[in-house]
Amino acid sequence: MIISEQKSFEEMLEYLEGDKKVFIVGCGDCATVCQTGGEEQVKEMKEKLEGEGKTVTGWIVLNPACHLLEVKRGFREKKEEVNSADSLLVMACGNGVQAVADASGKVVHPALNTLFLGSIQRFGQYLERCSLCGECILEQTGGICPVTRCTKGLLNGPCGGSKDGKCEVDPEKDCAWELIFNRLKEIGQLEKIKEFRPPKARSKGQQWRVILERKAAASG
Amino acid sequence: MALKEALESGKFVVTTEVGPLKGTDTSEVMEVAEILKGKVDGVNVTDQQSAVMRLGSLATCSLLVQKGLEPVFQMTCRDRNRIALQSDLLSAHVLGIRNVLVISGDFPSLGDHIDAKEVYDLDSEQLIWTINQMNGGQDLAGNELQGKTDFFVGAVVKPVSDTDASTELQLAMMEKKINAGARFFQTQAVYEADVFERFMKRAAQFKVPVLVGVIPLKSVGMARYMNKNVSGVFVPEPLIDEMGKAEDKTAKGLEITARLINDLKDMCQGVHIMAIGWEKKVPEILKMAKLA
Repeated sequence: MIISEQKSFEEMLEYLEGDKKVFIVGCGDCATVCQTGGEEQVKEMKEKLEGEGKTVTGWIVLNPACHLLEVKRGFREKKEEVNSADSLLVMACGNGVQAVADASGKVVHPALNTLFLGSIQRFGQYLERCSLCGECILEQTGGICPVTRCTKGLLNGPCGGSKDGKCEVDPEKDCAWELIFNRLKEIGQLEKIKEFRPPKARSKGQQWRVILERKAAASG
Repeated sequence: MALKEALESGKFVVTTEVGPLKGTDTSEVMEVAEILKGKVDGVNVTDQQSAVMRLGSLATCSLLVQKGLEPVFQMTCRDRNRIALQSDLLSAHVLGIRNVLVISGDFPSLGDHIDAKEVYDLDSEQLIWTINQMNGGQDLAGNELQGKTDFFVGAVVKPVSDTDASTELQLAMMEKKINAGARFFQTQAVYEADVFERFMKRAAQFKVPVLVGVIPLKSVGMARYMNKNVSGVFVPEPLIDEMGKAEDKTAKGLEITARLINDLKDMCQGVHIMAIGWEKKVPEILKMAKLA
């Protein structure tokens, strides 16, 4: 799940300065779950913008906003509303904003800040658990990711900074390596702590990452 | 004598450390160097300690070499990627530096440039492993070096832990660091001989020299501050009391330090004195501990 938060309304108004007619785009996936860009928030935004004297030419909640074909299909249905707008306010993650820009060719404004790939603990409580590093090591670390959950992203074990099992950076945050140690102990894999993990292939997480061809199924 | 030879000779080794200042003024460091010359077996130079930006460890180590001292180049993983780390190691070798102490480094948010991007491209085990590669004539990527390095590599360990997981992890990390190429250890500051003894009973199996860390106490406030804020440091209450009752805090602080060194010295191969502002008093401490 892509976790997002709404930008302040003041910031959005700055973006929209000079735009009289606005079309609003929401997302039916992540931004709906986060309650930052679902139907309810899109409708609220419409009212708020109208309260500021803007004309909202229309709105749509895409399923999802990061799917280019879905965006194009949605915009065909709302062709007039989209075309008559000075700009589009996109209540979706950064992927959604860019798909909307590509599909519409219009001026787009982001309404959200995209925060992280998170898991949902309960409603409104999200934790970052994966950094999309492209080289998963969860097999060796008892299913707890040190790349993401150790503040320093250390791969071989903890630094010397933990205090009562908490991170030197934030006393609320668990030391990921103590969690890993305890988990490995529980599942009888403590020997994995002593395995040396060589320097990470950062290139897998840093290069321009695209998959242009659908890979054949493993069985061929 | 080089630090490596001093440790191999079996004598009780003494190292200490200096922290460069923020700025280009090196007069304080040079003054300390003059005082320490011939009195200690090695002088660590901290690397942007506490994530506070200062004059670099590499340049300062080079000044110490020129002065005839034996520097230990502290290197954190916080600020440089693997390219910069290796390049600085080559530079260090060329400048006559032969000892490197590898640490992960405090996170930037604890220092004075809180919005800096942290690096940690390599962790300490991987950096130790990399130095070992370079000593063998290859860089991390496996390319041949035109002239290899010859570093004596040290690492750090925390003998006092507050959780069972941390205690076990520290020992496991020590073993991993040795396997990666660490040849000596410096510890976090120790104030309790019995706790250190328990640690050394388990660490002795690794047969790698350990220099016990000692920080001279200067005040009750300092002791309380470290207990609250510094991971792995615990000053017991009786020691704080003793400090509190003393009229001359400086004399008491030095006395306690000398006593600690004597209590600890039979358990390990050396002492690393982190004087934190009292660098010039290190020779006095050594005299009081009958090490000079």
